[in-house]
Amino acid sequence: MAGEKLQIALYWGAACGGCDVAVLDTNEFILDVHAAADIRLWPIAVDGKYADVEAMEDGELDLALYNGAVRNSENEHIAKLLRRKSKVLVAFGSCAHLGGIPGLANLASRDEIMNVAYLHNPSIEKGNTTLPRPESGVNGSTLTIPEFYKRVYELDDVVPVDYYVPGCPPAADRIKEVLQAVVSGGLPVPGSVVGANETALCDECPRTKNEKKVKAFHRPWQVMIDPETCLLEQGVLCAGVATRGGCGARCPSSGIPCRGCYGPLPGVVDQGAKLLSAVVSVIDSNDAEEIDRILDGLPDFTGFAYRFSAPSSLLQRSVRQ
Amino acid sequence: MSFEPKIVSFLCNWCSYSGADLAGTSRVHYKPNVRVIRVMCSARVDPTFVVKALAEGADGVLVCGCHPGDCHYSEGNYKTMRRMPLLKRMLADFGIEEERVRLEWVSASEGTRFADIVDDMTERLRALGPSRVKTALAYDAVER
Repeated sequence: MAGEKLQIALYWGAACGGCDVAVLDTNEFILDVHAAADIRLWPIAVDGKYADVEAMEDGELDLALYNGAVRNSENEHIAKLLRRKSKVLVAFGSCAHLGGIPGLANLASRDEIMNVAYLHNPSIEKGNTTLPRPESGVNGSTLTIPEFYKRVYELDDVVPVDYYVPGCPPAADRIKEVLQAVVSGGLPVPGSVVGANETALCDECPRTKNEKKVKAFHRPWQVMIDPETCLLEQGVLCAGVATRGGCGARCPSSGIPCRGCYGPLPGVVDQGAKLLSAVVSVIDSNDAEEIDRILDGLPDFTGFAYRFSAPSSLLQRSVRQ
Repeated sequence: MSFEPKIVSFLCNWCSYSGADLAGTSRVHYKPNVRVIRVMCSARVDPTFVVKALAEGADGVLVCGCHPGDCHYSEGNYKTMRRMPLLKRMLADFGIEEERVRLEWVSASEGTRFADIVDDMTERLRALGPSRVKTALAYDAVER
């Protein structure tokens, strides 16, 4: 059958698996994908092995969808392997696109992470000194596991990427559109973000918008959220003003503020800085001390502003390392 | 060779740039470590500019605007007044010291004040040492 059908691969790097589930969320459409394509590698669903990919000719795959960030040497190895074997490589989902949730680890150092996770976590046996190492000797033989890198990378830090499909996870309808575009040859110029809009989420958000003046910020659970009005106007932090639309505004439509997973708008180099600029200017105060008090109502603004994009930010990671 | 901090400054056209100009025409001496960029209003200084300056090797960023109440555009400097404190908090999470970013109000008649601010910031940054941002990013590129 090879040669007639499209040859595709799906892979997860540092990911939660949600992107793979989102592909399955296309429901019976996945059967059409199966009819049109051979799925050669898809660790979550199909029995392809790395060795099968290594045995392929270069460029044998028509399409590879890579979800997840690059966190360790295995992620990087497969990213490079798939790049070599695929005609089109797509960074699929927020983690591959911008670093995603795993990218928040860049605000801490590798040592801090290892300390918390393996040495000083309350759920860890007291006195434990075992840390994962790339190589360890057991009964005279050597065992290897992937090396945990010093920080998290987005996919295009490691290999050239043809297209970016944003979203945590990408909306099922947009996944369909992208896959159909691959089959019909309707993809835009390489390097584009596909499956998303060119305008901010506010454009497609159904909530009514007026002048924004805020005296205090609230967590969503602290206030009764009005279902009709802009969330930011109600003092609930919403990332929609500095985030691409295209998701269908599902979060704000169901009373949840936008978290920014569709990434920065075209031309924006640093989503967090832009978000800061937009969100904070709505504060209704001209008094430095009062402004400081209002800002105290924003715990971990950095985590909010770069929730999906720390590795792609201009600073990329904490310099305390 | 002693460390000479590089300061990128954004001065609003109406007050602070004129203030810096006055420092020049009055022949006030101040440290040559500051690089001046004229902007129409301190609110034009997108936080991205500050982050970019730091990422590309500035040791400090100075933003100057009209005193509160004096903005040529009525309330531009109030927007700056809201952004800069949060930007500093955010930069602290990336390990960037508070002294590296500074917001000051300088009117067109305050040439000596501008000179004093530049001198003071230069000395504080000299004491703090070079910014680690650029070396951290370069180091990243060679070693995973």
